[in-house]
Amino acid sequence: MQQPNKLTPFFENLNFERDDNTMVINFGPQHPSAHGQLRLVLELDGEQVVKAYPDIGYLHRGIEKMAENMTYNEFLPTTDRLDYIASTSNNYAYALAVEKLLGIEAPRRAQVIRTMLLELNRIISHLFFIATHALDVGAMSVFLYAFREREYAMDLMEDYCGARLTHSAVRIGGVPLDLPAGWIEKLSSFCSKVEYELEHTYNALLQENRIWKMRLEDVGVISAEDALSWGCTGPMLRGSGINWDIRKEEPYELYGELDFDIPVSDRCDSYGRYRLYMEEMTQSIRILRQLMPMYSKTEPQLMAHAPEYISAPKEEIMTQNYALMQHFVLVTQGMRPPKGEVYVPTESPKGELGFYIKSEGEPYAYRLKCRAPSFFHTGLLQEILVGTYIADVVTIIGSTNIVFGEVDR
Amino acid sequence: MRKYVPKDNVQGKSYYTDRFWVAPRVPRSEVEEGSHFADVVKALGKKAKESYIEIDTLVVHIDAKKNLEIMTILKEKCGYTQCSEQSAVDYLAQDGEFELFYQLLNIAEAKRVRVVCRLKKGEAIESITSLYKSANFAEREMYDMFGIYVNNHPFLKRILMPDDWEGYPLLKTYPLHGDEFASWYEVDKIFGKEYRDVIGPENRDPARIDRYDTKRFSRVGYEVPFGADISEGEKEQAIEYSSELLVDYNKNAGKQLDERK
Amino acid sequence: MAQHQVNYASAAGLPIALTSVDKLVNWGRSNSLWPLTYGLACCAIEMMASGASRYDFDRMGTIFRASPRQADVMILAGTLSKKHAEFARRLYDQMTEPKWVISMGSCANTGGMFNTYATVQGVDRIVPVDIYLPGCAPRPETLQYALMMLQKKIRRESANMNNNTKQNLRLV
Repeated sequence: MQQPNKLTPFFENLNFERDDNTMVINFGPQHPSAHGQLRLVLELDGEQVVKAYPDIGYLHRGIEKMAENMTYNEFLPTTDRLDYIASTSNNYAYALAVEKLLGIEAPRRAQVIRTMLLELNRIISHLFFIATHALDVGAMSVFLYAFREREYAMDLMEDYCGARLTHSAVRIGGVPLDLPAGWIEKLSSFCSKVEYELEHTYNALLQENRIWKMRLEDVGVISAEDALSWGCTGPMLRGSGINWDIRKEEPYELYGELDFDIPVSDRCDSYGRYRLYMEEMTQSIRILRQLMPMYSKTEPQLMAHAPEYISAPKEEIMTQNYALMQHFVLVTQGMRPPKGEVYVPTESPKGELGFYIKSEGEPYAYRLKCRAPSFFHTGLLQEILVGTYIADVVTIIGSTNIVFGEVDR
Repeated sequence: MRKYVPKDNVQGKSYYTDRFWVAPRVPRSEVEEGSHFADVVKALGKKAKESYIEIDTLVVHIDAKKNLEIMTILKEKCGYTQCSEQSAVDYLAQDGEFELFYQLLNIAEAKRVRVVCRLKKGEAIESITSLYKSANFAEREMYDMFGIYVNNHPFLKRILMPDDWEGYPLLKTYPLHGDEFASWYEVDKIFGKEYRDVIGPENRDPARIDRYDTKRFSRVGYEVPFGADISEGEKEQAIEYSSELLVDYNKNAGKQLDERK
Repeated sequence: MAQHQVNYASAAGLPIALTSVDKLVNWGRSNSLWPLTYGLACCAIEMMASGASRYDFDRMGTIFRASPRQADVMILAGTLSKKHAEFARRLYDQMTEPKWVISMGSCANTGGMFNTYATVQGVDRIVPVDIYLPGCAPRPETLQYALMMLQKKIRRESANMNNNTKQNLRLV
């Protein structure tokens, strides 16, 4: 038993030397290839993992508790910090859940902008996945290339909302800003740049790379039943041969009108999932290309008209008395959605990101539960790591693409 | 006299209350005959106490003791192969109960069902890990956050909070800023209780002011004249710049780029 | 009894005549600051970005190390939760002297927006901090500027860390 008051190293009552010839090693909570603050306690027999025990909670910040103490609009910037690699997807999932609760719909232009931002965030997140996954497996140069393209995408996000990482670019009921001048052209050149680089850099570097294939093929095999049972979503589920994408199956925003494919792989291993991520980026570019002409055909309204819940545009607030009063009430008291509960799933880059909101008619949510895909993917680790070799552990963690902001919340 | 604040719910509450405000309810609709949801309700039969559709989701209220039985029917007969989410809502203050919900997904039909049950305080719920492995982590999180015991769970242990944590953070009785134990947790653990005085209490006030600033605020309980000097000889050090070995980044030697590179 | 050797370091620090040694040592120390990759949350992504292509931290002699034994500066990037606090302190203790700490982002400085039960309200409750870096998340430029400020600070220090007074530890 450790002495809790001293700074002497302690190992939490783990028996490191055992009679049954296995060894316990501790991986994390601060490990450069743990993708954040994952702590894994691995029981090894030689180099083979006998038992894996993921210990999470090292980034628990009480976000669900904060939601109970904040008005709906106040909470929105906090959702940025859930999956901080693709912040807009969290903002959007939360905003959509509240919109469903309120029964409002964003205007068409806001929908176009939101869908663009969501797909841009998907590219940002997937590039980050490629970068860190390759870095963990040992390919340093892919990291540098992927971050180069990611910076271009960050520039686009920055031009739109002013932030690189924590965007808060989606509001409940619409978007705060219209696209700046020349943004569409920049997006278009970004699309062609990424498309070129995907073909000529990443695929050329990785796809047929012998080391990459040896490290990834048949590593981290998840059967379809396991993937379903463990609550896997997103590329983890599609990597196991199940064609399930919420954008297609339960379309939200403009995804019902857009033409795109859902890549599915039945390889069930890390290499299949890597190919999915690459293919999804291509599909995102395809979606972005379809969205660009749609933008100019829309009316310039950005926020839904629902004076009970959403402030009027700034011009009206400055000129009309009633709009000003509404704005004042909404800012000081917060909106009061109707009583009820809602669970809205969205397809974030990692998988199914859903928000469960229980409202009691107060300006504060009675309960907010964030269904984070990474949380369940981390739970899966205790099963798929068993029987693998210790060198593959990092590959598998990398290929699950977990982000600890949303695992621990 | 100070206003009475109820202790059973210490979460944020609206300062403004409208006595005549009656909150509307999200519309609920009956399950239509012939739809997929009607089959689900039929398969559950009398085990479903109440069922309705709320925002595209079928909500089924069940008895907490029958949760495993009903989940088995939903999984094996109705094709709900994935448990997306499982957690609880604290209604201890109102009813002395927790409301537990299971969010299930049918991939073939693209339909979602929420199974809701009420659990009395101090009672335990049966684990559904034998059906859905994703409930392993979700139930542990529920135990960690609400203190709801789960029977037959393979490894019921705290997951997000440390093992030696006291209290269940998502209960309505637990304050947002934590209790006494939470506020000294890291100091006690790292340095020991005797260092509490050295390190001092946490600053939970985002609007804390400069201690020497008597112009905007005076000290409470130690009033001093406006603008009085209370520094007791401690001096604010003026900023000096060293000229040796340093590159002066403040100099306008840099060039601003017109375009990003 | 006459001593064969004068132990400058253990007496009253290095004599005045050796200040050029200070300069040399500090030149070395400040231009090869190797940070420990202490990515905790969102700021870690910006820390990675500052190490990657566009911002290129390596040109400042800053190479991220994964082991505390090889690192000089600990960049605490992100929210430090109470569960993690003891590990942060242990890694800080494992770093070799001289060592510095940069607290990156609002969460590390003061707890930031996470004013909750689970977050350490400022990492200076756990480890001594040299540079506080505002922002949520700070841009990579901010981190680079913070590192340059730390270099400035190191150049003012005495090479013998025991000899540093409050006066010369003051940040310019």
